[in-house]
Amino acid sequence: MLQIKNLTKIYDGGVQALDNVSFEVPDGEFLAVIGLSGSGKSTLLRCINRLIEPTSGQILWDGVDITAASQEEMRLVRRKIGMVFQHFNLVHRSKVITNVLSGRLGYVNPAWSLVNRFPKEDIEKAMRQLTRVGIVDKANQRADELSGGQQQRVGIARALMQDPRMILADEPVASLDPVLAHSIMSHLEDINKNDGVMVLCSLHFLDLVHRYAGRVVALNAGKLVFEGLPKDIDDKKFKEIYGRDAERVG
Amino acid sequence: MAATPNGWGSAMQTKPKTSLWKSARVGLVTLLGLVIFAYGFQITRVDLEELRSEKRQESLVRVTRALAQPDLLAYDQTEEVVNIPLYVPCRADGLLSAAPAHTGADPYLTLTPACAAPGETVRVEGFNFAPSTTGPVRFVPGGDINNNVTLGRDNADTDENGHFALDLTLPKRPSEEVQYIRATLRRNIGTPHLTQTARDTWEKIIETVFLALLATVFGTLLAIPISFIAARNLMKPVKSPLASISLSVLGWPVGIALGFLAFGWVEAFSARLGAALWVNLLVTILAPLAAVWGLRWAIPEEESNAPAPSLPSLRLARLGVIFLSALGVFLGLFQLASLLMSIGEAAQPALASFGFLGYFLFQIGDILALTATALGALAVGAALSSFLGRIGLRATEKMTPVGLKPLNLALAALAGATIFGLIGYLVERLYQPGNPFYTFWLPVALGAALGAALALFIKPKTALPIGMVIYTITRTILNALRSVEALVMAIVFVIAVGIGPFAGVMALGLHTIVSLAKLYSEQVESIASGPLEAIEATGANRLQTIIYAVIPQIVPPYISYTMYRWDINVRMSTIIGFVGGGGIGFLLQQNINLLNYRGASAQMLAIAIVVASMDYISSVLREKTL
Ligand SMILES: Nc1ncnc2c1ncn2[C@@H]1O[C@H](COP(=O)(O)OP(=O)(O)OP(=O)(O)O)[C@@H](O)[C@H]1O
Ligand SMILES: [Mg+2]
Repeated sequence: MLQIKNLTKIYDGGVQALDNVSFEVPDGEFLAVIGLSGSGKSTLLRCINRLIEPTSGQILWDGVDITAASQEEMRLVRRKIGMVFQHFNLVHRSKVITNVLSGRLGYVNPAWSLVNRFPKEDIEKAMRQLTRVGIVDKANQRADELSGGQQQRVGIARALMQDPRMILADEPVASLDPVLAHSIMSHLEDINKNDGVMVLCSLHFLDLVHRYAGRVVALNAGKLVFEGLPKDIDDKKFKEIYGRDAERVG
Repeated sequence: MAATPNGWGSAMQTKPKTSLWKSARVGLVTLLGLVIFAYGFQITRVDLEELRSEKRQESLVRVTRALAQPDLLAYDQTEEVVNIPLYVPCRADGLLSAAPAHTGADPYLTLTPACAAPGETVRVEGFNFAPSTTGPVRFVPGGDINNNVTLGRDNADTDENGHFALDLTLPKRPSEEVQYIRATLRRNIGTPHLTQTARDTWEKIIETVFLALLATVFGTLLAIPISFIAARNLMKPVKSPLASISLSVLGWPVGIALGFLAFGWVEAFSARLGAALWVNLLVTILAPLAAVWGLRWAIPEEESNAPAPSLPSLRLARLGVIFLSALGVFLGLFQLASLLMSIGEAAQPALASFGFLGYFLFQIGDILALTATALGALAVGAALSSFLGRIGLRATEKMTPVGLKPLNLALAALAGATIFGLIGYLVERLYQPGNPFYTFWLPVALGAALGAALALFIKPKTALPIGMVIYTITRTILNALRSVEALVMAIVFVIAVGIGPFAGVMALGLHTIVSLAKLYSEQVESIASGPLEAIEATGANRLQTIIYAVIPQIVPPYISYTMYRWDINVRMSTIIGFVGGGGIGFLLQQNINLLNYRGASAQMLAIAIVVASMDYISSVLREKTL
C-alpha cells in the first residue's frame, strides 16, 4: 500500500509543480496518472523514489516513511522500485545485456562493480528477462543500435531485474507508435497481473488509460483534480482535467 | 578626421548623422590601431634595412644552404696525396734531378716549366689518379715535404682516365730550398653511412617521443579522477552532514600514515625474502592468488536482501581478511618489482642490441616499487575516509540534535585544526620560516576555531554542500595552474629536479593534467542526464552510477581529447629541451648556438617528420575509434 500525503514540491525557481497532493494506491493496482503537459506528472513519480526531493508532505510505503529515509535506506528502497522512462534512458554505448544487468546494481557488492563483474545468477536472470520481453537475440548489441520499441523493452527488462514491488513508468509509450505502444503497455500489464507488481504509469492517451488502467488520478497545475475509475471520466471531468478548450479525440 | 562619407551607398546617405558618427569612429579606431601597430614595430625592432644589408644576405644564404643539407649521411673517403718538388725561383746551379721515370700505375704530377719565379704561373698535370675524383692542389712552402701548412688552393677534377691539368699561380715565397706542390685527391668509397649527428638526433628524437608519451599517459591517468570532482553535475548533489565531513577529513591523513606504515612494513618483509628468482616468482604468483581468494570470500558478490547487519564476529573476520588480502596484493607487487629488476638486470647484457628492453624492465620494476607504497597509502586514506564518513552519517541519523551538537563541535574543530595544520606544515616546508608559532600553533588554533564556529552556527543535522566546496576549490586550482605555460613549468622543474628529461616529463605531465582535467570535466558536465537518473533509480550508489552511467558516455570524447593532447605534447616535447627539459630541443639549441646549421637542420627535419607522422597516426586512430 502506497500512501501519498499532502505532497508538495516547489522547485528552486519558485515553480509549484505539486500542490498538496494526497491519494492512496493499494498493492497490485495499475494506476494511471494523467494531466496536461507541465501538470506535474513526472515530478510526482520522481518524488516517490526521491530522484526529486519533495518540499513537504509524506510518502508512506507499507507504513514506512520514504521521505524520512536516510541516503542509505533510500538506496535500499529504490532497489524495490523499478522505473521506466519516456526516452528509455539506456546507456547508449553499453551493450543491451549490460544495460539490463545494471538493474542489479543495488543488490551487488559495489566493490565488484569496480571491475564490472556480475554474479552468474544475475547474468542468467538478465537473459531470462530479455527472453520475457522478446529481444534475447539482441543481448550483445549496443543499446543505440536498437529501435525505440526494442529500447523500451530493454528498459522494462532493466526494471524487472530489480525484483521490483512497484514500477514507476513516466510516459513509457509517448515516443512510440500506437502498435508499439500497445505492445509495451501489455508487457507492463503482464507484470502487473502476473507478478502482482504495483504500477504507476503516467499516460497521455485516454484510450490507453481505459484499456490498461485500473484506476486514474489526474493532475492539473500540480493539484489533484480527479481520482477514480477510468470510465468515470465524462466530458465534464475531462474539461476539468484538460482545460475548458480541450476537445476529446479518439 | 572629420570624414564625410562621400562615396558611400545611398542606403547610408539616408541616415547621414549616424554614418558621420560611425565613420569618425572607424577613423579613430583605425588611428588607434595604427599607433598600436607602430609601437609594436618599434618594440619588436622590425627593420627591413637590416634584412637588405649585404652581410645579412650573405649569412642568410650560407645558413639556408646549410639547412638544405642536413648532416645525416656521409661517405668514407680515401685520398691520394702526391707531391712534386720545385724551386721558386729557378736556381742557377741547375734543375732538380730529372723527374724519375714513371712506371706502372702510380699516380704522378708533372710541371711545365719545372721551375718559375714567384707570381708566375705553372701548369700542373696529374696522371694515373683514380678517375672522377676531386681535391685541392696546393703549394707547400718550406723545405719539408711533410709540412701541413699550405698556400693557395685550386681545385682539381680528374677525368675518366685519372688525368687533370690546371694552371697554378705560385705564391710570393722565394726560397733557396726545394719546395713542393701537392695534389690531394679524395674519393668516396663504399655506401653512405649515418653521421654521428644523425645518430645523436635519432637517440634524442626517441627520448622526445617517450617524453611526450609518458607525460600524456601520466597526465591522462590523473586527469580522469580530477575531472570527476571538477564536474558540477556530479558534485552538486554531494551533500553531507558536518560530522561525516569532519570524520572524512580526519580519515585521509590518518589513513595515508597507516598505509605508509603497513606497506613500508610489507616492503621490508619483501626485501627480507631476498632476490632469489624462484622465490620472487613463486610469491608474485601465489600472494595475489591468495589475496583474490580471500577477497572473494570477504566481499560477497551479492548483498543480502535484508540490510540487517550480519554477525559482528563475521564482519570483523571479513575486515581482517580484506586487510590481509591487501597486504598480500602488495607483497605480490613488491616481489613483482624485484623480479622485474633482476630479470632486467640479467637480460641487459644478454640481449645485446635489445638491451634497452632489459633496461626498460628494470626501470618498470623500480617505478613499481616506488609508486606502489604511495598509491597504496592513498588508497588506504580514501578507504578510511569513506568508512569514517559513513560512520559520521550513521551517527548523525541516529543521534538526537542535542547530543549531536557537542560531537559536531569536537569533530569539526579537530578537522579544521588538521586541515590548517597541514597547510602550515606545507608553508614550513616551502618557506622555512622556522617559527612554530606561525606555522603550527596559529593555523591549528585558527582551524579549530573555524571548525567549531561552523559547528556552532549550523543546525547539527543539516547536509552541507561539500561537493560544491570541493568543486570550487578544484576548479580554482586548475584555472590558476592552467594559465602557466608548460615552458615556464619546465623551467621551474629544471630548477627543482635538475636538467634532463625528468623535468620535462614533470612539466608536460602537470600541464597535461590541468588542461585535460578542464576539458574532460566539461565533457562530464555535458553528458545526457537520463541514463544517470535511470541508474540512480535502480539503487546504485554514487560510484556505481559513475562507472555504469558516466564513463560509457565519456569514452569517445576522452579518447579524442587525449589524442589532441598527445599531439600538443609531441610538439611541446620538441622544444622543451630549450630550457633544459630534455629531448631533441637541447641538441637543436646547442647546434644553433654553435652555428652548426647542418646539424640543426638534421634535428629540424627529425622534428618535422615526428610531428607529421604522430599527427597522421592520431588522426587515423581518431577515425577508427569514433
Ligand atoms: N528541474 C526543474 N526546475 C524547475 N522547474 C521544473 C523542473 N522540472 C520541472 N519543472 C516545472 O515543474 C512543472 C511540472 O513539470 P513536470 O515535468 O512534472 O510536468 P509533466 O506533467 O511531467 O509534463 P510533461 O507531460 O510535459 O512531461 C512544470 O511547470 C515545469 O516547468
Ligand atoms: Mg513529464
